[in-house]
Amino acid sequence: MKKKGPLYALFLSLILLLPGCSSLTVLNPKGPSARTLSDTIILSILVMLGVLAVVYILYIFVLVKYRAKKSNEGYIPEHEEGNKVLETIWIVIPIIIVAFLSVVTVKTTNAVENQAKEYKDQTPLVIYASSSNWKWHFSYPEEGIETVNYVNMPVHRAVEFRMYSFGSITSLWIPQLAGQKYAMSDMLTTLHLSADTEGSYMGRNANFSGKGFAHMEFEALVMSSKDYEDWVKEVKETAPKLTEKEFKGLLATDYLGRKTYSSTHLEFSPPPGEHSEHMSGGGKEMDMDNGNMDHQDNKEIHPSPEPSSETEFDSKPNPEVEQPLPSSPVDEHTHDSNS
Amino acid sequence: MDLDKFKVHGEPLIYGAMISIALATIGILVGLTYFKKWGYLWREWLTTVDHKKIGVMYILAALLMLFRGGVDAMMMRLQTAAPEMKFLDAQHYNEVFTTHGLIMILFMAMPFIIGLMNVIVPLQIGARDVAFPRLNAVSFWLFFFGAMLLNISFVIGGSPDAGWSAYFPLASLEFSPTVGNNYYSLALQISGIGTLITGVNFIVTILKMRAPGMKLMKMPMFTWSVLITNVIIVFAFPVLTVALALMMFDRLFGSQFFTMANGGMDMLWANLFWVWGHPEVYIVILPAFGIYSEIIATFSKKNLYGYTSMVFSMLIISLLSFLVWAHHFYTMGQGAMVNSFFSITTMAIAVPTGVKIFNWLFTLRKGRITFTTPMLYTLAFIPIFTIGGVTGVMLAMASADYQYHNTMFLVAHFHYVLIPGAVFAVIAGFHYWFPKVFGFRLNERLGKHSFWWIVISFNVTFFPLFFLGLMGMTRRMYTYSEESGFGPLNMLSFVGAVGLAIGFVLLVYNIYWSTRYMPRDTTSDPWDGRTLEWATHSPMPVYNFAVVPKVRTRDAFWSAKQENMPLFEDKITKIHMPSNTGKPFILGVIFFFLGFFLVFSMWIPAIVAGVGVLIMLAAMSFDRDHGYYISVDEVMATEKKLMRGETV
Repeated sequence: MKKKGPLYALFLSLILLLPGCSSLTVLNPKGPSARTLSDTIILSILVMLGVLAVVYILYIFVLVKYRAKKSNEGYIPEHEEGNKVLETIWIVIPIIIVAFLSVVTVKTTNAVENQAKEYKDQTPLVIYASSSNWKWHFSYPEEGIETVNYVNMPVHRAVEFRMYSFGSITSLWIPQLAGQKYAMSDMLTTLHLSADTEGSYMGRNANFSGKGFAHMEFEALVMSSKDYEDWVKEVKETAPKLTEKEFKGLLATDYLGRKTYSSTHLEFSPPPGEHSEHMSGGGKEMDMDNGNMDHQDNKEIHPSPEPSSETEFDSKPNPEVEQPLPSSPVDEHTHDSNS
Repeated sequence: MDLDKFKVHGEPLIYGAMISIALATIGILVGLTYFKKWGYLWREWLTTVDHKKIGVMYILAALLMLFRGGVDAMMMRLQTAAPEMKFLDAQHYNEVFTTHGLIMILFMAMPFIIGLMNVIVPLQIGARDVAFPRLNAVSFWLFFFGAMLLNISFVIGGSPDAGWSAYFPLASLEFSPTVGNNYYSLALQISGIGTLITGVNFIVTILKMRAPGMKLMKMPMFTWSVLITNVIIVFAFPVLTVALALMMFDRLFGSQFFTMANGGMDMLWANLFWVWGHPEVYIVILPAFGIYSEIIATFSKKNLYGYTSMVFSMLIISLLSFLVWAHHFYTMGQGAMVNSFFSITTMAIAVPTGVKIFNWLFTLRKGRITFTTPMLYTLAFIPIFTIGGVTGVMLAMASADYQYHNTMFLVAHFHYVLIPGAVFAVIAGFHYWFPKVFGFRLNERLGKHSFWWIVISFNVTFFPLFFLGLMGMTRRMYTYSEESGFGPLNMLSFVGAVGLAIGFVLLVYNIYWSTRYMPRDTTSDPWDGRTLEWATHSPMPVYNFAVVPKVRTRDAFWSAKQENMPLFEDKITKIHMPSNTGKPFILGVIFFFLGFFLVFSMWIPAIVAGVGVLIMLAAMSFDRDHGYYISVDEVMATEKKLMRGETV
């Protein structure tokens, strides 16, 4: 079996090339939701390695044993119809494996769609995350503050992101804290997460949304409760209010650095109606078709940025942003980044 | 009229493409005139209704598109080979990955497979032609001109840039103001209609035109896979037709099906697209399973193990393929219940697929395996596709998918499925059936060189992407920062891509070399084949079989050889054949112009072209051409010549 040699060498070199497991952000979780997902992934990898092993061993065995050689020249294999017992075996065993994985999937999907067990007794901190052309707006309705392109959260606290979009579909993803979920214009989606460790984590839009997609990253900074309270207090004291006019200006700009405000846009530009899945029992008004009408009306007032009149291959570089976009979990402190 | 909107400006790459397209066109025109080939081209190819020639044209077009899509791929891997590369800008990169996806799936994999089925299926079932030969020509020319329409977008007006899945509202006029997505809706629509016609044509061909004695459960596995595939086509493509029509209304006429305001639903597009899009995956993969089944049986000298369970597994896959579309947007917030349902249906596909893998392995068992080039591709398919399959199961788990969705992990997975599952298969089928169509084999030594380049480089290119996905790299990023740490693995992937390119160039060189130097084959059964296509001459005469074969067993030709069961018992009689027609070609040309005018909202010419389409359709339906007969003498003369190894 000549072909296995290079293949194994390849696998080995790839494993050696890996700069260590810690750089696999998905498998390096820092919160219960991401940990559930990471455990699920590792479990599925192990089960699948088992399946691969069976196929590969059988494969190598038949190829080595039954290749055409001088010794079996002229040998004409017999007609073989199949074997009911064998075929049943390789129908039943995969069904068992799939059934097992299905149970795991249903359990873990339910787990990550809800607040983590460890944080069940807390009322989550609600953060509205909305996207508009290649930037993220984070509104904290309880605190009455809003940030752009960065989000601060207290450690050991249940957080509930409610996502929507002022334009194309985006997907909010902080791989070390939780899996991603789409943000759309006509529906509110919910993401539960919480962090066990303080630190700065990479967050980004994971769904292609046009020209500035590659730069649509933000920093998720998890800080101690005290630091978080101090930060909120500081923002309320020093940051300017977010006026409707200012907000329109933000929506109309393609790229922005970090911004901080001491009020949210939720009052004058409410989010779309919530999705039925998350509304059950909420007692809120259902408006499945169009989402919240206020939000729709709002579209007239806040149209998405005018498409640029230039055609595609304008070779001009990306517009300079006021501040460098956070490209990785940098250890930059953001308390003072008021606009 | 505003000429500005035709212009695509800036990049030297675009000018290069324009010049090379112009030079190639001039070269072809001058060449045809100089060698006085215009008449030949018209009589023998443009007007042909012969399924073999149509198949060859499909395959030629697919090979061209393979290189177009391959160049796109190289540009993408080069752009992401190192952090902060300045080779392409964001807009250009977006157009490149969008057209790469569209071209590779719709204008490379599918036509290649349809080409092979055109050439082989009628031969495998012992038929003289497909059920509707003229419609077959219509199918081809609609596909061809749809593909051309998409290709000129590169130099006229701008290519689609919202991803091959063209999610709304990104693909709407508001966020993609160029004509690129107009091209998307119209080019796909035109070629999609062609595919739908093929679907109907082949279902009827296979159900109604099999040789006497060939019961459904005696059909060769490739024919079975084609039958099931075409049933999927007939159910899936109307959805695409409707979705593209709505898209066209949104973009050209200001309707608001998928917009953000006024009741539009962006999720509706995602649902419609994937209700077609997921079955589409099986449209390209099931025939590949058929090709592999033929090749494994031939080169291990054994009949296919577990024939019945192979057929049923394909039927189950085809049913499940319609029940899994929502796994393409687990993250759209449909909640745990819906996601769990689609997780289970998706994972269920692994069961019938696993049945096939084990049946292939047991076909090899106790066989006498020879490692020819087509067999090498088939054997490489098994371990690589299994990786694609198990990562597919991993992706199917909704919860875990929240972490993989839209990342490089997904990109790695679908390349691990589609390249061995479709590309290796068409290359294997190409090598395997080449001597049938042209009467000589491709060179084995060059074939194996090319094989090793392709298979090893494939793994070098795509295996690193699994890790990049787990590192947090999403797909469709035109650049990334140094600190992200994505650099080294992307560079490795680029190195692999270069290797792949070398492999494919070697493949084409092999075709050239073999055409010049390979000895002509006189036996017409170079691989010691098992199915009916090997029972006629290579290359086969226009009527395929002088006498329609009588089938008694599966692997009819093999039994005929081994157990002396006669295949051809009847006397030669006169043969009825359809006559050539130029109308399908003209219809294709008019459709091309209709699409082009609509892309640029040029209403008056578009209406003229639309009327032209109607006139051509009317002309074709009132055509009273009943074909012609080949007399017994003529058949005898042809057969005699072919026996002596001459070409006709």
